[in-house]
Amino acid sequence: MVRSGARRWRSRIATALLLLPAATWYALLLLVPLVILVVFSFGGRAPEGGYLPDFTFANYLELPTRATAFVNALWMALGGTVLCLLVGFPLAYYLATRAGSQRTLLLVLVVVPFWTSFLIRTYAWLTILGNNGIPSLLEDLGFGHIVLLNTPFAVLLGIVYNYLPLMVFPLYVSLERLDKRLLEASKDLGAGRWATFRQVTLPLSSAGVLSGVILVFIPIMGEYIIPALLGGGKVFFIGNALVDLFLQSRNWPFGSAAAIVLILVILTAVTIYLRVGSRGSGSREVSLL
Amino acid sequence: MTDRTTPPPRAAIDRAGRWVDRAFRIQATALYLFLYVPIALVVLFSFNAGNRTGELRGLSLRWYQVAVEDPFAMGALQNSFVVGAWTAVIATTLGTLAALALQRTPRRIRAVFEAITYVAIIIPGIVIGIATLIFFVNAFAWINPQLAGIWAAIGAGAPPTIGTGLHTIIAAHVLFTMAIVIVLVRARLAGMDRSLTEASFDLFASPLRTFVQVTLPQLRPAIITGALLAFTFSFDDYVIASFVAGPGKPTLPMYVFSSIRRGITPEINAIAAMVLTVTVTLLVIVSLIYRRSSRIAAAQRAAATADAAAGTS
Repeated sequence: MVRSGARRWRSRIATALLLLPAATWYALLLLVPLVILVVFSFGGRAPEGGYLPDFTFANYLELPTRATAFVNALWMALGGTVLCLLVGFPLAYYLATRAGSQRTLLLVLVVVPFWTSFLIRTYAWLTILGNNGIPSLLEDLGFGHIVLLNTPFAVLLGIVYNYLPLMVFPLYVSLERLDKRLLEASKDLGAGRWATFRQVTLPLSSAGVLSGVILVFIPIMGEYIIPALLGGGKVFFIGNALVDLFLQSRNWPFGSAAAIVLILVILTAVTIYLRVGSRGSGSREVSLL
Repeated sequence: MTDRTTPPPRAAIDRAGRWVDRAFRIQATALYLFLYVPIALVVLFSFNAGNRTGELRGLSLRWYQVAVEDPFAMGALQNSFVVGAWTAVIATTLGTLAALALQRTPRRIRAVFEAITYVAIIIPGIVIGIATLIFFVNAFAWINPQLAGIWAAIGAGAPPTIGTGLHTIIAAHVLFTMAIVIVLVRARLAGMDRSLTEASFDLFASPLRTFVQVTLPQLRPAIITGALLAFTFSFDDYVIASFVAGPGKPTLPMYVFSSIRRGITPEINAIAAMVLTVTVTLLVIVSLIYRRSSRIAAAQRAAATADAAAGTS
């Protein structure tokens, strides 16, 4: 291919210009602030809130005072992820192998709630779990007064409800791609249902399991709305601590330290995902659409 | 969900298999109820004639009227539409341009850009809220004295100050919706028929003309889907907006959130039902576009194969 130098340069400049707006957006609103966040986390606190230039580990040393928020988020994220997986896997399996002609419709019905307002979906449970909802029903049935709202149970329920679609979709994709002849082969070789599931289905759908786990775990770690509405200040996550530190008490250096720890937890999860993922074979790309 | 399609041959003798099958179906039915009953209840209570969300006392459109006549709710709704529309336009434009540029960048730059794109998508909203808040606070702290200096130098009176408002929410929403558009358009570009572009060049079309007449029509479904998704995400976001919103200009989710905190009334249900209608309508549009474009693509592929077959015979 004969191409003059000037033309090549023109093409390069055109490419750079096309990329420039998006790159600027990423740099200014994501990358630079992340660097500032690190700087802030070692800084001192100005009297009226905000940041005072300094270099101290005080913010990190103060983190244990918010340990409950981290521990809550971590346990709930782990528990929520496992529950989503346990509940979502049979559904994904059903959709991929047994749903027949209604498969597309049923799949769409799983995805639709995910695209509807998160706030509204959480609000829905506020009424159901509130005193006029299930508790009053249970009281009428003679179970006594049971509080459901503002408990860890309510938060966990909200998490499973909101994130289940995000888990089912990648599971479905990997189970649907699974070669059904392998299942027949396993059966023909005398393996029982459970053995086939454990030795064929599960290993071959591990990519979907992994994608689903990471897709669900990360956003739950950063969750704010569910604990705020269904936990009622009794069950709070790092997200709630961060909103408090940045918007209410305006302790930005301490908030930055907490945010850095949240980012580190997420990075760890992603690293584990990539490590485990690269050990298997095949593509792990799962689209959200 | 109940009828059976083509039973496996040995099913009749396999009684255990039938039980497993039934268990799967019961679990699926239960999950669909779990997913939809809460949403249905929200809509049901929006028609409540009574004063409280939990107790249904006859049906009426009363709370819809309350919602429509509530100036704060309608102001917030308008804000959300403005933010969503601008987010969709900017995110789609920048995202599409970037996706096109990424096809021609060196591999290393592309890898870095892709990594940042995935980070922007997967990072929790709370982190995006904090990051954009930090950027705006620092930017305004730098810009406003500059503006004051310039205004003082030319003696133009009181200098303007730039602060948070709807524009800062838009900028923050563009950050992650743009990333979604990039992924969608890049996926489409990867599946595109390159021979058409080459044919266009062979017929001496200019790059711009090739882009407008060949590339753009093929990208259209991805671009429209990207725009609608950007709008939906922006319209739905509470966390990011609560960080960078200006005083007195809440979005609808912000209004709903603070109303819930003040106490639940069926007005919230009425607003929720209206929002659900908007979202579901957008979803139907997206799915129709996708179905149409995949049908057209299939037809084109079939035609191309037929042509090729005719050519070889």
